[in-house]
Amino acid sequence: MFRMAAIGILAIGTATGALAEVAPDDILWQEDGSIAQSLTGTPGSAEEGERVMTTNALGNCVACHTIATMPDVPFQGTIAPELAGAAGRWTEAQLRGILVDAKRTFPDSFMPGMYKVGPFIRPGVAYTGAAPASPDDIEPVLTAAQVEDVLAYLMTLTE
Amino acid sequence: MLLHRSLKTTTAAAAAALILATGTVLADPVTDDELVVNGELELATEAEPAAHLDGALGDRIYSGWRFRDTETRAMQKDDFDNPMFLFVDAGLEAWDTAEGTEGKSCADCHGAIEDSMKGLRASLPKVTDKGELWSLENFVNDCRETRMGAEAWGWNSQQMKNMTAAIGLQSRGMPVDVAVDGPAAPFWEKGKEMYYTRFGQLEMSCANCHEDNYGNYIRSDHLSQGQINGFPLYRLKDQGPVSIHQRFVGCVRDTRGETFQAGSQEFRELELYVASRGAGLPVETPAVRH
Ligand code: HEC
Ligand code: HEC
Ligand code: HEC
Repeated sequence: MFRMAAIGILAIGTATGALAEVAPDDILWQEDGSIAQSLTGTPGSAEEGERVMTTNALGNCVACHTIATMPDVPFQGTIAPELAGAAGRWTEAQLRGILVDAKRTFPDSFMPGMYKVGPFIRPGVAYTGAAPASPDDIEPVLTAAQVEDVLAYLMTLTE
Repeated sequence: MLLHRSLKTTTAAAAAALILATGTVLADPVTDDELVVNGELELATEAEPAAHLDGALGDRIYSGWRFRDTETRAMQKDDFDNPMFLFVDAGLEAWDTAEGTEGKSCADCHGAIEDSMKGLRASLPKVTDKGELWSLENFVNDCRETRMGAEAWGWNSQQMKNMTAAIGLQSRGMPVDVAVDGPAAPFWEKGKEMYYTRFGQLEMSCANCHEDNYGNYIRSDHLSQGQINGFPLYRLKDQGPVSIHQRFVGCVRDTRGETFQAGSQEFRELELYVASRGAGLPVETPAVRH
């Protein structure tokens, strides 16, 4: 499993360069719901990740999670586990998988897939309530780069 | 605790143990306040769940009032402080006003609203003689169009909310009691299926928020059981009255979903099912929320 992942990263690194982005439908899933391969081939920015996590229209992780390392963010949710220590509980590959589509790690999870384009029941265009003109118009909640940014922040949560 | 049910893998169970250890609090409905309106009308804000709920909401159902902050709760305790009464008054005035080609008012046929409309809100939506499932708005528009020769009001129009508030008030204090069996059964089943369907890009069902997580905070919002016994109600955030279907539209939209239309067959079925989840709670119309 590990070797496969390493080859994946190598292939991206050599064949297409650092800017290559893995599309939601091309993700190489491991059986346990983890994703070994970076979605961008470039390390994310933890600082940008923090912004994504606390912005309503983006990750909005604080809507559900309490995050003790962000004491200045008011009104944190009480729906989901405290994220402090996440990097101690999960590997980077597991955390990437949880971010992209948590339902592959936690069946029936309440946590939305952040880098997922379907299949959905009656998806709308962002928060407009309107249907997309074509199913191809559905954008993932976060971009590949934003997922890697959030991941970089989560990897700082070692305790 | 509620979270526990959705945790399936061992790693996740470890995470759950962590939540309990770090003491994430479940903010339950307030227990130190009672809804007494105008110092005299006591409205119970919890009740025993109906048998048709099959235990889905545990052993207690709660009014949304119990999940709101002190100021909002206080506004509903006095009709002078409740902004909805402006609209109730407008509805009462419309009740007595002749309109349409027949030159008739509601009162001309129905008499005093206090008598003829008493108890109606508690029983809606219901199936008509023709076998259709109708909400209060359908009945009002049917009279306007076929009996008064007047134009139908928009489902979410100000006039409609004025009238449904005035009519709903006549059932205040009476327990919600919708029929879920007989001809209503197939509609109720469809509404139930909808309630548990995970809509939109965020893949969330009504139950994910209002059954699995009531009492929890989703950001600053204290999640209630999503009951409809207080509609139409005044929403402080919108600074205006909100209808049942309008609220449904907002909740589906927030799943990054394509909503259904206010007044649609789907939303009337959902309304019946949601109403039945509140069976036994007194009608609170017109409530105040934020
Ligand atoms: C709608 C609520 C919701 C949102 C929004 C949400 N999560 Fe979650 N998340 C959950 C729930 C519930 C779980 C618990 C696992 C389950 O579903 O059983 C979870 C689990 C996790 C876990 C594993 C638990 C652990 O050990 O720490 C991580 C990591 C995580 N989420 C990160 C995030 C991040 C980062 C974001 C924002 C990009 C986010 N979540 C947004 C609900 C949410
Ligand atoms: C010309 C007479 C007439 C007028 C005017 C009229 N209605 Fe009706 N309305 C009826 C009749 C007849 C029924 C059906 C009989 C019944 O079930 O009570 C009815 C039924 C209703 C019902 C359903 C009652 C129930 O118990 O199921 C509502 C609600 C209603 N009308 C509201 C209104 C409103 C609001 C107005 C004014 C905008 C209005 N009506 C004007 C004659 C009238
Ligand atoms: C992402 C979470 C979420 C989902 C999913 C959701 N709602 Fe809500 N809903 C809320 C929030 C937040 C509120 C405002 C606080 C409260 O009363 O819970 C609310 C309020 C309501 C209310 C008003 C309750 C009152 O007393 O004022 C009703 C009714 C309601 N929702 C019904 C529904 C229905 C029906 C669905 C499914 C179509 C649904 N909701 C899906 C979050 C959600």
